[in-house]
Amino acid sequence: MIESYLKGFEAFSRNGGASAPQWARSLRLSAITRFEELGFPDTRNEDWHFTSVAPIAEREFAPLTSGTGHVTAAQLAPFSFGATDWHTLVFVNGRFDAGLSSTAGLPDGVQVLPLARAYDEVPLLLEQHVGRITSMDAHTFTALNTAFINDGAVVHVHQDVEVARPIHLMYVSDERAISGIAQPRNLIVLDRFAKATVIESYATVARGAGAYFTNAVTEATVGEGATLTHLKLQRESAQAYHVGTLDVRQARDSHLMSFSFAIGAALSRTNIYTELRGEGCGATLNGLYLGDDRQHIDHQTRIEHVAPNCYSRELYKGILDGSSHGVFNGKVYVHPAAQKTDGKQTNNTLLLSEKAQIDTKPQLEIFADDVKCTHGATVGRLDETSLFYMKSRGINARTARELLTYAFAADVLETIELAEVREGLEAATLRRYAGA
Amino acid sequence: MLDIKDLRATVADKEILKGITLTVKPGEVHAVMGPNGSGKSTLAQVLAGHPAYEVTGGTVTYDGENLLEMDAEIRAQKGVFLAFQYPVEIPGVSNAYFMRAAYNEIRKARGEEEIDPMTFADLMDEKMRLVEMEGDMLSRSVNTGFSGGEKKRNEILQMAVLEPRLAILDETDSGLDIDALRIVANGVNSLKRPDNATIVVTHYQRLLNYIVPDYVHVLANGRIVRSGGKELALELEAKGYDWLLEEAVT
Repeated sequence: MIESYLKGFEAFSRNGGASAPQWARSLRLSAITRFEELGFPDTRNEDWHFTSVAPIAEREFAPLTSGTGHVTAAQLAPFSFGATDWHTLVFVNGRFDAGLSSTAGLPDGVQVLPLARAYDEVPLLLEQHVGRITSMDAHTFTALNTAFINDGAVVHVHQDVEVARPIHLMYVSDERAISGIAQPRNLIVLDRFAKATVIESYATVARGAGAYFTNAVTEATVGEGATLTHLKLQRESAQAYHVGTLDVRQARDSHLMSFSFAIGAALSRTNIYTELRGEGCGATLNGLYLGDDRQHIDHQTRIEHVAPNCYSRELYKGILDGSSHGVFNGKVYVHPAAQKTDGKQTNNTLLLSEKAQIDTKPQLEIFADDVKCTHGATVGRLDETSLFYMKSRGINARTARELLTYAFAADVLETIELAEVREGLEAATLRRYAGA
Repeated sequence: MLDIKDLRATVADKEILKGITLTVKPGEVHAVMGPNGSGKSTLAQVLAGHPAYEVTGGTVTYDGENLLEMDAEIRAQKGVFLAFQYPVEIPGVSNAYFMRAAYNEIRKARGEEEIDPMTFADLMDEKMRLVEMEGDMLSRSVNTGFSGGEKKRNEILQMAVLEPRLAILDETDSGLDIDALRIVANGVNSLKRPDNATIVVTHYQRLLNYIVPDYVHVLANGRIVRSGGKELALELEAKGYDWLLEEAVT
């Protein structure tokens, strides 16, 4: 139903989007054209081979461009890891909510602000980066997001500045998001030797069921010697649809630590892309997906080794129960110039039921001749020998299964350096599988 | 305490145990010896309830109950313990958590209160001294990255914590150097009580210098071909198994 978006675009151009600067308006115009040309992908599209977006394409989702809902701070508590001193921007149904947000105590040289304010305060930064990092040429959902650029978060950390406390970008939906689409557009810019941790949380506080659609795009650029830790936590409602893209460009000696946690949504697709453009970069892409019932959880990652002497590490794990369907498509491209690339990619999935399913496709494409790259994928069930070992110690069968299931996820969760998030997700995983 | 009668078992349709009869009374130590492939590890696994083995005949009575009808965890809760020949690595589950979970399950089964982590830590301190283990192994994942000797000591540590009525040691001596062997054997000996019993499955007589058996049984081709006192083990050490196997065939 691309027509409804085209109509929505006309209305949006006249009203909510009209105040944006000229460059943004022309970017949006070219994006809606691109979206119209591309249409929604079908499963003949290689990037969408295992994921049918028909449930999204066949519904009408109205753009959520105004009204911020009535979310309270107490409703956010389950998603904020008990942290009280983080720099937090809250978006309700896609719109910035100043009352719930707090950026008190930000150090000098750091800006964390909603897009609408950023147009005024950092116009050049936006013009320089928005729509220039990620490509919408072949990405319908990025084109759709770009066409409706209206709100989102902008994070700018200046040279040599380390932001000690995490920056938490929370996107919450309440029942007023139902049948609507929120399309946050975020920009993260780390200048030379800057360091920051950015958390993107997608969550719901909706009472009652109903489908809504989040289509988020985050562009990030990590300057020379800078370090970005990015945690994407997808805890949408069970009826929600979610497409989220992180696209990163890394300059020389920069580091990216990315973690994607996906537990919510009826259908979700997370894209994590990075390009290592200068020598001496490192990228670590980890993730955990937990599926149940009829959930469909898709991850696509792409690591482009453009420059020599870089490393990348990737560990994605999944636990699938019920009739859930997981997809992992991890691409590592090593360009001809990227000699001495050191890459390792692993995907392990644990299937807890007969009907759960995983399509895993680790891909290495190497065009340099002096590299060290490995990849591998495993799909398995709980190890019977381990179960017997635990039972032989008196642990009942159910507890043994729960403990082993949790243990499967434990090592990838351990890679999250931020203790609050690590412990929070460990507890969530324990609750889910061990009833503890 | 344990009464095995004409026990037969198969794995993947291959008969491994071909009629084992063995009685173990409280306070006794029985050694089960035999060459590779004789079925001695199978016997240990069958007694512990490994699901890969199918019991095709015979009976096993434990404290008056039909052991074969019980799931592995029920056997453990009733005091049966198997020290594994190849202890299983469980990445992601700490030793401390694992042992406390096991300890509490067994206490619950006995109608006793669960124990809190602090009290349990004190208990662990005491038990770890028994097998000369360092405190840091408690926070490590179960057997993960442990050396062969550490794994075997960890088995005896679990045994010390769970205080089984019937302990079955499956080739606990395999892969151990003499120091580790002595530590393991000391641990086992110090756990001996008049009301519990031990079955020591081993290929070598060496372990029996440290854990002195009351009875020695020689297993060959799925049957007990000879039973005797501890001197039988010495005879086997001197003469090997071949003479018994020949006798068994004829």
